[in-house]
Amino acid sequence: MRIELERRPSHSALFSVLSPFIALALTVIAGAIIFSAMGKNPVHALYSFFIEPLTEVWSLHELAIKAAPLILIAVGLSVCFRSNNWNIGAEGQFIIGGVFGSVLPIMFHEWNSVLVLPIMMIMGMIGGALYASIPAFLKTRFNTNEILSSLMLVYVAQLFLDWIVRGPWRNPEGFNFPESREFHVNAILPEILPTSGRADWGIMFAVVATILTWFMMRYMLKGFEVSVLGQSARAGRFAGFSTTKMVFFAFIFSGALAGLAGISEVSGSIEQLQPVISPGYGFTAIIVAFLGRLNPLGIFAAGLILALTYLGGEAAQISIGLPDKIARVFQGLLLFFVLACDTLIHYRIKIHTAERANVAGEGA
Amino acid sequence: MTLIEAVLLTVTTAATPLLLAALGELVVERSGVLNLGVEGMIVMGAAIAFVAAKMTGNPYFGALLGALAGCAFSLLFGFLTLTLVTNQVATGLALTILGLGLSGMIGESYVGEPGVQLEPISFPFLSELPLVGPLLFAQDIIFYLSIAAVIGVSWFLFRSRLGLQLRAIGDSHGSAHALGISVIKTRYCAVMFGGLCAGLAGAQLSLVYTPQWVENMSAGRGWIALALVVFASWRPLRVLAGAYLFGAVTIGQLHAQALGIAIPSQFLSALPYLATIVVLVIISRNRRLTLMNTPASLGQPFVPDR
Repeated sequence: MRIELERRPSHSALFSVLSPFIALALTVIAGAIIFSAMGKNPVHALYSFFIEPLTEVWSLHELAIKAAPLILIAVGLSVCFRSNNWNIGAEGQFIIGGVFGSVLPIMFHEWNSVLVLPIMMIMGMIGGALYASIPAFLKTRFNTNEILSSLMLVYVAQLFLDWIVRGPWRNPEGFNFPESREFHVNAILPEILPTSGRADWGIMFAVVATILTWFMMRYMLKGFEVSVLGQSARAGRFAGFSTTKMVFFAFIFSGALAGLAGISEVSGSIEQLQPVISPGYGFTAIIVAFLGRLNPLGIFAAGLILALTYLGGEAAQISIGLPDKIARVFQGLLLFFVLACDTLIHYRIKIHTAERANVAGEGA
Repeated sequence: MTLIEAVLLTVTTAATPLLLAALGELVVERSGVLNLGVEGMIVMGAAIAFVAAKMTGNPYFGALLGALAGCAFSLLFGFLTLTLVTNQVATGLALTILGLGLSGMIGESYVGEPGVQLEPISFPFLSELPLVGPLLFAQDIIFYLSIAAVIGVSWFLFRSRLGLQLRAIGDSHGSAHALGISVIKTRYCAVMFGGLCAGLAGAQLSLVYTPQWVENMSAGRGWIALALVVFASWRPLRVLAGAYLFGAVTIGQLHAQALGIAIPSQFLSALPYLATIVVLVIISRNRRLTLMNTPASLGQPFVPDR
């Protein structure tokens, strides 16, 4: 058997819409196979993984909590990827954003004001943007591969957070636990609907970022610049767009959103700094960006779906006794299927059996 | 054994997985494919090798299965990027994410359990030589394989006809295709070799380096290996040098921690990653030189027109 691709004359609008859904369906099927292989009833397992978290109001709040950082980061990354800049270090920018935004509530915790929270958010964005500008600087100045440099910085950020929480920022009244002091109430992102669950304003940040980015990509010159430089740097230069400035713009934009996600997570659901503040949001957001086809509106939907895998992972652990790592497996599989199904948009797939392949060979 | 011998021995142990993984990726990239899934293949190799060795009590069987697991995983990448022409960067990342998750699941019930260690094989007489004896002739099989692989890959790439074809594909897949060289088939072989090497590197981690299973025990080595390939400007002997340099940095960092140097341990642990960035900057500064050395088709999708 041989698989052959035939380029479509124009890309298929039908598969553009369908491919994420086909990918999702394939992921569910693969999931059923994995669950069966682990000796669980696949229907029951799939139900508790994908459906159960959606049946109660409080868990919808949890979904929003998990989706908010994913959407924020992925929306930023989509601009980056579209401009052909590969920022793989959003996880690090998320962490540094969280640390930067925590300067005020930890070092100046006596200062109580309604201004604390907005300043924290801005500081978080600055932190993420600064951290992201390191690979951008190295790329534009020294031609350094941004994939590797941004990724190495993730490990550095993780170790930095670990150090600051165990060292200088350790809570003096914390019984020697490796965590910072708990944030003052003015430094905590308020909940949206406190009566029904603990979702905070982070989800609103995600909504706003999605809409603004969508507007920018669709109606503003900057968005056009991103697409042109991403598709052909040469064509972009003829149009007078600067590649160097675009590298910085893309990294700072995505870094700032990742940083905002970081400080929202720290001030919204954790309420203090801990040695680990992210269950891999920065990496999962890459999947979200692709599943959403690098379109902010698609990313919003994709963020909700990937958030579900985190909840499903917790459910799998509690109700069916499977390791929570299964969430990562689902995420990886989903990205594989998304990428594979995207091929359908640009190509027709022809499967030749051995016999037919010979005939085709003779014909050629 | 003297202290110097002991330190050098730990350097080789730290360098071997980097060397193997980078060498495999070097062949992959020479064929024009960029596989960012090295981290995922290493960690899968480590998990499968550990479990297989533990279940059978035979570390050699474990190492073999670990290598095969890396290879099988690379086939998944190959099918997507070569047959379905998906984006190589994104597919490689998917491989890493899947590998970290799957290995965590497989290893979950083995956390904290003592593993099976690959014992060193001593060559009689040679291993009694001062300094070089224990260093070169009393090591585990994966060390010997890594050195053999350097020689083998060097010979293959620059002295054999197939190696020439592979490099031709990496530099211009269009021309190679026009000459009648099978681009896709060769790339599949290269990708599988890369997977085999990365899987073996993982096996080294869980059977030699620290004979136990720890989640995410690859700890970024796959990414460092990718950087090493750039560092080595796609040449096997320079990969050898780079891997040992990084092994030395890693070990130096560990010894500094053990000596209780007044720098916080996290800063020392960050050293290999920072060193990677510094090295990348130094290497890539000269744009002309990098362009000259980089396989020209690297990362480009290839669809043969019929």
